Amino acid sequence: MPLLEVNDLTTWFHMRDGIVRAVDGVSFTLDRGETLGIVGESGSGKSVSCYSLLDLIPKPPGRIERGTAVLGGEVDLLRAPREVLRRIRGKRIAMVFQDPMTSLNPYLRISTQMIEPLLIHEGLGNREALRRAIESLEEVGIHDAVRQIDLYPHQFSGGMRQRVMIAMALITHPEILIADEPTTALDVTVQAQILELIKARQRELGTAVIYVTHDLGVIAGVCDRVNVMYAGTIMESGTVDEIFYNSAHPYTQALQQSIPSLHDKGKSLYTIPGAPPDLTEERSGCPFAPRCAYEEAHCTGPNYRGLDAFRGRHKTACLRVLEGELNLKEENR
Amino acid sequence: MSDGAVRSPFLALEDVKTHFPVTQGFLFRRRTGAVKAVDGVSLAIQRGEVLGLVGESGCGKSTLSRTIMQLLRASGGSIRLEGRDLCAVSMKQIRRERINFQMIFQDPYASLNPRMTVYDTIKEAIRTRHPHVGGRAMIRRVSSLMDKVGLAPKLMRKYPHEFSGGQRQRIAIARALAPEPKLILADEPVSALDVSIQSQILNLLAKLTRELGLTMLFISHDLGVVKYISHRIAVMYLGRIVEIGSPREIMEKPLHPYTQALVSAIPFPDPRLERTRRRMVLEGDPPSPMDPPGGCPFHPRCPFAEAACAREVPALKEYLPDRPAACIRIPEIHPGIGSRE
Ligand SMILES: Nc1ncnc2c1ncn2[C@@H]1O[C@H](COP(=O)(O)OP(=O)(O)OP(=O)(O)O)[C@@H](O)[C@H]1O
Ligand SMILES: [Mg+2]
Repeated sequence: MPLLEVNDLTTWFHMRDGIVRAVDGVSFTLDRGETLGIVGESGSGKSVSCYSLLDLIPKPPGRIERGTAVLGGEVDLLRAPREVLRRIRGKRIAMVFQDPMTSLNPYLRISTQMIEPLLIHEGLGNREALRRAIESLEEVGIHDAVRQIDLYPHQFSGGMRQRVMIAMALITHPEILIADEPTTALDVTVQAQILELIKARQRELGTAVIYVTHDLGVIAGVCDRVNVMYAGTIMESGTVDEIFYNSAHPYTQALQQSIPSLHDKGKSLYTIPGAPPDLTEERSGCPFAPRCAYEEAHCTGPNYRGLDAFRGRHKTACLRVLEGELNLKEENR
Repeated sequence: MSDGAVRSPFLALEDVKTHFPVTQGFLFRRRTGAVKAVDGVSLAIQRGEVLGLVGESGCGKSTLSRTIMQLLRASGGSIRLEGRDLCAVSMKQIRRERINFQMIFQDPYASLNPRMTVYDTIKEAIRTRHPHVGGRAMIRRVSSLMDKVGLAPKLMRKYPHEFSGGQRQRIAIARALAPEPKLILADEPVSALDVSIQSQILNLLAKLTRELGLTMLFISHDLGVVKYISHRIAVMYLGRIVEIGSPREIMEKPLHPYTQALVSAIPFPDPRLERTRRRMVLEGDPPSPMDPPGGCPFHPRCPFAEAACAREVPALKEYLPDRPAACIRIPEIHPGIGSRE
């Protein structure tokens, strides 16, 4: 049984000028201890899918239209009473954001903020909680934690704040850590430190991690499996090796070919024509079709079935690949 | 040019410093120190060259480009454009000549006037160089510039908000090209764009530099991006240049320990490579330029540092032909590579 099983998650925003179909029928599973990457361009619905799981969507205008998200085979996160959800959020599922300041209170000492969940969720006394907090700061590589813990968030550098966030997130030893672009605002040398840190703590605690990023390099370095998102839907889902070496969706391939880091100077980069779709427009069929090099009439027809099994657990939403009409390996020879 | 003649570079920076005073107190402001944002940079750019400048946030990249533009005036050193020292030229004269420098910024939306159509924006930029062009000739010029940057000329009456991020960056590029500048300073021009759009703009900039022979300083924190577009790369750390080399040399044979760490920190979109590669993970964050360490600015984070590194700021030296680097430990870190001086 998977640790988390998300089915047909659909989150829309009802705006004055239309409905933004931010997440539109997303299904995936997360196993104990594994790292699942969610990659996609800006606005593809990565963050909204994660926030939906933790009841962090502003409602209104947001609304979860459909779907289930079952944790440990017992609780549906999308229907659980607020009280139950609050307990899960502090204890079993934790989250780290891109900007640590969005989840750190600037007016409170780090110590106050760190011991809070322990007092509430673990029923520890002040002394014991403080000891645990100091310990978890040391575990994320903060030297002199006994003194540092009494500082305020602004007294830390960006990299240190993200370490504090990770320490706070892991302090209750959650089963799932959701990390939404945790290193995007950091310098690469600091990013490398934070990625190593998350990996090490994950190994020690056996936490499953959902890692949200737009950076395929980061995905390649940290994930076991990957969901590639576009326009609120999953285009392809598979192991990192399947996604990078055996991709079964033209969008995944196009994304990989547009990254400059692998290119030789002088050769032009691959570019995806056009722009991402307007999510307020109703569509039928494949959302990537208008920009796809392999588009055919039936891609937008009634036979389009969204994400489906390609080989074993490797899934693709490309109808032409599913129907055996398109072999991307052959095409790229 | 005859053999042996020293070709003077198009733009030459010599020991450029840009320091900002730090003051304390409210009524009686006392000067208590200085932020040495740029601290002794020497660099040369040849005509038609794209020089990439990489470094992490706060290392002084943008301050350096503003100093070259004379938006900030250097606290020391010289900046020679075609042999003439701009630091010695009056501000009034500089303002008159500013059209020779054009900038492209990270956020094309913030840098475009929302109340001006594409036509008006580009027209205004053309007028700074050709004040008397008008009518059909102007429309022709605007159309041709829009063509060059891959925008349909029929869109010239539209406003910035009617365009996507990538298209806005194209408008900003057309505006920068309009006054026929001698030098383009591009400060993180693709950092705000999604990968698929980023590649369009990088291709465009590469094509324009090739076809028009533009001279450009291309600033980015992303070594992958810089490598793609530049002829040479300069690596900056805490106000100083620590190494210069070709993209291939910097990526494959970095000399300076900081460059090594920077290259090794880039995640590659290749899982097998990522699983096997050994990474040099640095300790700590980059120091603040308010409070720089003594000696080599990198020594507190450097795995190769020894006592001598804390004593003196290392000079940029040519350890290999055309490969200056600023680290006294290079001969020991890279056996066989010695100083030529
Ligand atoms: N509070 C909100 N109100 C209205 N629309 C929203 C809200 N939050 C998100 N959206 C819309 O939902 C869509 C998906 O957004 P989401 O933040 O999930 O994208 P993302 O993939 O995380 O992008 P990024 O890489 O930029 O973080 C976007 O079109 C966004 O504008
Ligand atoms: Mg997001």
